[in-house]
Amino acid sequence: MTAPIVKVVTSRFDIEDAHTLAVYERTGGYEGLRKALTMSPTAVHDEVKAATLLGRGGAGFPAGVKWGFCPPGVWPRYLVVNGDESEPGTYKDRLLMERDPHQLIEGCLIACYAAGLSQCFLYIRGEMALAQTRVARALNEAYAAGYVGRNVLGTNFSVDIVLHWGAGAYIVGEETALIESLEGNRGMPRLKPPYFPAAIGLYGKPTIVNNVETLSNLGWILRNGSDAYKQYGSESSPGTRMFAISGHVKRPGVYEVQHGITTFRDLFYDEQFCGGIRHDHQLKMFIPGGGSSPWFFEEQLDLPLEARPVGGAGSMLGSGAIVVMDETTDAVKACLRVVRFYARESCGKCTPCREGTNWLETILQRIYDGHGRPSDIDMLLDVGDNISPGPYPSAGWEAEGLAAVPFPPRQTTICPLGPSAVAPVTSALRRFRPEFEAKIRRRAVNIPLRVEESAHV
Amino acid sequence: MSRLTPENEAIAREIISRYPKPKSALIPLLHLSQEQNGHVTDEAMVHLAELVDVTPAEVIGTCTFYEMFKREPVGRYVVNICTNIAFQLLGAEELLHHAEHRLGIKAGNTTPDGLFTIEDVECVAACTEAPCLTVNYRYFYKVDGEDFDAIVEDLRNGRQPTRKAAETGPDGAIPSHGTLALERQHIPADRAAGNADPDSAPAPVWLEQQA
Ligand SMILES: Cc1cc2nc3c(=O)[nH]c(=O)nc-3n(C[C@H](O)[C@H](O)[C@H](O)COP(=O)(O)O)c2cc1C
Ligand code: SF4
Ligand code: FES
Repeated sequence: MTAPIVKVVTSRFDIEDAHTLAVYERTGGYEGLRKALTMSPTAVHDEVKAATLLGRGGAGFPAGVKWGFCPPGVWPRYLVVNGDESEPGTYKDRLLMERDPHQLIEGCLIACYAAGLSQCFLYIRGEMALAQTRVARALNEAYAAGYVGRNVLGTNFSVDIVLHWGAGAYIVGEETALIESLEGNRGMPRLKPPYFPAAIGLYGKPTIVNNVETLSNLGWILRNGSDAYKQYGSESSPGTRMFAISGHVKRPGVYEVQHGITTFRDLFYDEQFCGGIRHDHQLKMFIPGGGSSPWFFEEQLDLPLEARPVGGAGSMLGSGAIVVMDETTDAVKACLRVVRFYARESCGKCTPCREGTNWLETILQRIYDGHGRPSDIDMLLDVGDNISPGPYPSAGWEAEGLAAVPFPPRQTTICPLGPSAVAPVTSALRRFRPEFEAKIRRRAVNIPLRVEESAHV
Repeated sequence: MSRLTPENEAIAREIISRYPKPKSALIPLLHLSQEQNGHVTDEAMVHLAELVDVTPAEVIGTCTFYEMFKREPVGRYVVNICTNIAFQLLGAEELLHHAEHRLGIKAGNTTPDGLFTIEDVECVAACTEAPCLTVNYRYFYKVDGEDFDAIVEDLRNGRQPTRKAAETGPDGAIPSHGTLALERQHIPADRAAGNADPDSAPAPVWLEQQA
């Protein structure tokens, strides 16, 4: 039985003009903030902790616990909102910003009040022009109505929310790179430790970085209470979560489902979600949590959408991005495309990633182009091993007697981008090695398309 | 022409005032200069360096890291086609080939009339709407070759394309390359809480009271 649909963060998606203050206020908007302001900051923080609100940006860390990592007595503290959504397959934060910007603003205010954050920077991905327009307008409305700025709703709580926007670089989604970018620098991740910017972040001060979807839950949680929130989802992953299911399904889409109890099979095959694989084909593989996650297969379909079991099975839920591939998919081509992304987006700060991702792409490209060499498969694994010393997390394969290697991967790099490029390589090679070997053996050269007209270059 | 105009310089100063440290405004200001000139010029970067009090080399350092900043002129309309995995599965490469043929240019280039630039880009957060393209960062969903031709035809004739546009209302209007949001944030002076200075901001008063 598929768990009933509950809408927490997407409740206004079907309402016309939900991005305006008038509609937001009419539908319960800013009630969570009003309620929070009648409570002490500590009580609000406790309420969020009690809700076990897991981060939706990728790592799944509980927001309430993270807020508590700010060192006591060090001021000011900042909030940086991560709206840089660019992980392949991820499509939810843009919708939340375009369709319900006040819900996000309300979440920012509640976080700042509870954790004592003195200024908020809302970093939106550069390419998202409509989201920037809608959030700018919503902020202007919210300032005029007294929700943001000096003495919020007549209380002694004061905070500015500053709209900031990026300029095209996937790596800026990594939280320390996001902070570098917000300081006006090249968006390269910082060396760890410290592991959390809550210790040393923006301008060297304690900084909380939270994802757009994470913060969008706060208004609801304060309005309805953590007990109501915990009625949904599972015990360790309460509430709901947005998942984008793309690729070879009948009805690709962004669905909000109960966290932790809905399964991959429900999402792919249930009529109220994707309704099956296109043309009723066989499922070949799927990416469960964005381009950075190791691939899953038929055997993993019944796993619940919950961090721990998915991690134990060798992958991650990541950013709620599921890409489904049917039997017609060329595993080498799919692997090459995902690897090319990481090679393009590597920031170049550390050698295993900068060099390794490019070598992975070069070798895969030549295999795909029909120029592969028999030694290439071992070379791919060797390059991968330099970025992420193995065994690399991967799904189990019972038929072949292979056990799952649990998440996360090890890394020789500064940030997890490098190891992400290894995920498609080890996933595809473990499961579809004969496809690689066949391409290498046949040496079937891919002839480029015929050029009909001369091109201006 | 390449330095910010007085009006844009005023906007720049307002943006800078929202950050505890001026350099933080650099990316928004590079966008502002690109909005004014269509691309980021050397003179503009020198001007921005003066405004945020860093060296021009630091501005170039930041500018060159980010893909959206163009240091050469590009088309009035920059057409980005995502070929990342979710779209590759559903015909994005075919759409890109179609676009290249139709406009007679390879991805990464601009038509001789200066109207169109095509780019082969990574995931644009529209993964369930394959294949999709953006024109100056405005989305068009589930686009095929015919749709592409109609969109290009409309833009050539100075019309707002509506076929397959994700947002057809006024918020979806396509300005020329460089303009992103159609509305700017403005914090009224009497409503501003003020910047939190990293070197001197005190503990928040609403926490103090609690103790
Ligand atoms: C390479 C890389 C890219 C990332 N991109 C994003 C992103 O686009 N959006 C996001 O919210 N988090 C992203 N993250 C995760 C952030 O570093 C951070 O964990 C997250 O924003 C924290 O918010 P949360 O606790 O609310 O999930 C990325 C991480 C890495 C390593
Ligand atoms: S792993 Fe890659 S993206 Fe991350 S810091 Fe190193 S070079 Fe940059
Ligand atoms: S894969 Fe094209 S938008 Fe995500």
